[in-house]
Amino acid sequence: MRRAAVAVVKYASLVVASVMMLLPVALIITGSFKTNQEFLSTGPFDAPENWLNLSNYATAFTRGGMLLGFANTAIILVAAITGTILIGAAAAYAIDRFTFAGRRVTLALFLLATLVPGVTTQVATFQVVKALGLYNSQAALIVLFMGTDIISIYIFVQFMRSIPRSLDEAAKIDGAGHLRIFLQVILPNLKPAIATVIIIKGIAIYNEFYIPFLYITNPDLRPISTSLFAFKGPFGAQWEVISAGVVITIIPILVLFLALQRYVYNGFTSGATK
Amino acid sequence: MALMTPARRAPGRAVDPSARQPGRRVTARRGRDRVVPYLFVLAPIVLLVTFTYVPVANMFFYSVTDWDGLDRVKNFVGLANYVDVFTEPDNLRVFVVSLYYLGASFVQMALALYFATILSFRVRLKNLWKGILFFPYLINGVAIGLIFLNFIRPGGGLDSALLAVGLESVIRQWTGDPEVINYTLAAVSVWRYMGLNFVMFLGAIASVPGEIYEAAELDGANRWHQFRHLILPAIKPIVGLSFILAISGSLSVFEVPYIMTNGGNGSETFVIRTIKMAFENNKVGLASAMAVVLLAIVLVVTWIQRRLVPEERVDLT
Repeated sequence: MRRAAVAVVKYASLVVASVMMLLPVALIITGSFKTNQEFLSTGPFDAPENWLNLSNYATAFTRGGMLLGFANTAIILVAAITGTILIGAAAAYAIDRFTFAGRRVTLALFLLATLVPGVTTQVATFQVVKALGLYNSQAALIVLFMGTDIISIYIFVQFMRSIPRSLDEAAKIDGAGHLRIFLQVILPNLKPAIATVIIIKGIAIYNEFYIPFLYITNPDLRPISTSLFAFKGPFGAQWEVISAGVVITIIPILVLFLALQRYVYNGFTSGATK
Repeated sequence: MALMTPARRAPGRAVDPSARQPGRRVTARRGRDRVVPYLFVLAPIVLLVTFTYVPVANMFFYSVTDWDGLDRVKNFVGLANYVDVFTEPDNLRVFVVSLYYLGASFVQMALALYFATILSFRVRLKNLWKGILFFPYLINGVAIGLIFLNFIRPGGGLDSALLAVGLESVIRQWTGDPEVINYTLAAVSVWRYMGLNFVMFLGAIASVPGEIYEAAELDGANRWHQFRHLILPAIKPIVGLSFILAISGSLSVFEVPYIMTNGGNGSETFVIRTIKMAFENNKVGLASAMAVVLLAIVLVVTWIQRRLVPEERVDLT
C-alpha cells in the first residue's frame, strides 16, 4: 500500500515536471504552424488548422535571414573549434611532456584565468578587440572563443596523462620530430578528449549570444543567436514567424542531443565542475 | 566522467633516448629541444594574455578614470566610481535583483536533488525523464527568452493553463508588474538551468556502487535512510560547489532578462547595467568599476569554496 503511494507520487511529480518543461516549447511549435490571423484569434492550446503550413518557416529562412545565420555560425564554429583543439592540445603537449623554465608560471596563468568570468571583462576586452581592428568581424568571435577557453586545455591536459609516454618515445626512436609526434601520435590518441571538446564547445558557441551581440552589428555577419534576436524588431507583431525561428534554432541541437545523448551528458558533467 | 579520469602513470620516467646518443648531435638536439615547448605554448599564451590578462589589467586602470570609451584623455578620479557603485541607488538595486536569482537557485538545487534521487532508483522510462529534464539546458538563450515571452503574454499558454485548472486568481501581469517581474524571470532561469544541476547530481549519486544500496536494504534501511546516509554524503561536494557557484551565477545573470525585458521594469541585473553603462551611457570608467567589483566577488567566493570544499580533483602539476 505504502509502496504504491510512493510510486504514485514519484510518477506524478515526473509527469508534472515534464509538462512544465515541455509545455512552453510545445506551444511555440503549434504556434509556428498557424497563420497570422489564426495566431491572433485562436487560443494558445488550439491546434493549428493546417499542420503542414510551412509558410512561417519559409519567411523565417528568407526574410529573417536564418539561412545566412546558419552559414555564419558554421564558419565560426568550424574555425573556432579547430583552433581550440590545436591550441589546447599543443598547450597540453608542452605542459605534460616537457619540463621547461616557466612551466609552472604558464600553468598558473591558465588556472588563474579560469576564475575570471568572461562577462565581467568584456567592458575592457571590447577595447582590445577594437584596437586590433577586429570589431564587427567574425574573426573577433573566432579568436575570443579560441583564446578564452581554458576548460578545453584542462580537458586535454588531464587526458594527455593517460597517453603512455612510450608511444612518443617509440616515435622518437623512429626519428620523428616533435611536430610529427604531436600530429601523428598525440592528436590521434586524444580523440575521446577532442570529441568531448567538440560537443561542449560546439553547443556553447552555437548558443552564445553575448559575444556576437557585442561584437557584430553587420546583419550579414550575424550568427544564429543574434539573427534570432533580431526577429524581435521586424516580426514583433508576427509571433508565428518568431515561433518558426525558435523551432528552427532548436532543431539542430535536439538532433545532436538525441544522437549523442551519452556523450553530451558526460561532456557537461565533466566540463561543468571545472 | 569516466572520460576525464586520467590513468595513473607508472612512476619513474623512461630515459630520454636522445640522451644516449654520443657526440655533437646530442647537444644540437638538446638546444632545439629547449625551444620546442615554448613554440607549442606560444599561441595559447599570446591569446590568453591578449584576451584575458590585458583586459583585466585595463579594467582596473579604467575603473579609476572618468573615461567615456572614446576620449583620448582619461582623467584620474580616484575611487569615485567605486563610491558610485555602492551609493547610487540605481546601482545598488542590481544587487537586490540578484537576490531573486540567488533564492531561485536554491529552489533549483532542491528540485534537481529530488529528481536526481528518484531517478537513481528503478523508474520506468528513466532515459525519457532524464532527457526531458535536461534538454532545456541545451536550448539557445534567445530561443528560451522568446519561448517564455510567448508563454507568459496576457492570454498566453500560462494564463490559459492556470484558467483551465481553476487557478485564475494566481494570474498576474508576469512581466508588467514590477512586484512580479523578477520572480517570473528567476523562474525562467530555474527552468533553464535545473537540468544541469540534476545531471551533475545524478552522476555523483551513480558513483555509489549499487551493492551498497542492496546491503543497506538487507540491513533494513528505508529510502530515507539510504538518502540520508548514502546519497547525501556522496553528493555533498558537488552540492557545496553548486551552492557557491550560485552566488557568482546570480550576479552574472544576463541573457534571459536582457532578451525578455531589456532590463526594464525593475529587472535590471548587474551585468545588464554594466553593459548599458559601458556601451549606451559611455561611462566606461564606472562600468569598469562595476566589473572589478563583480570580479572581486567571484574571486572571494571561489576562494571560500576552495577552503570549504576539499579539492578532490587532480591538479594540473
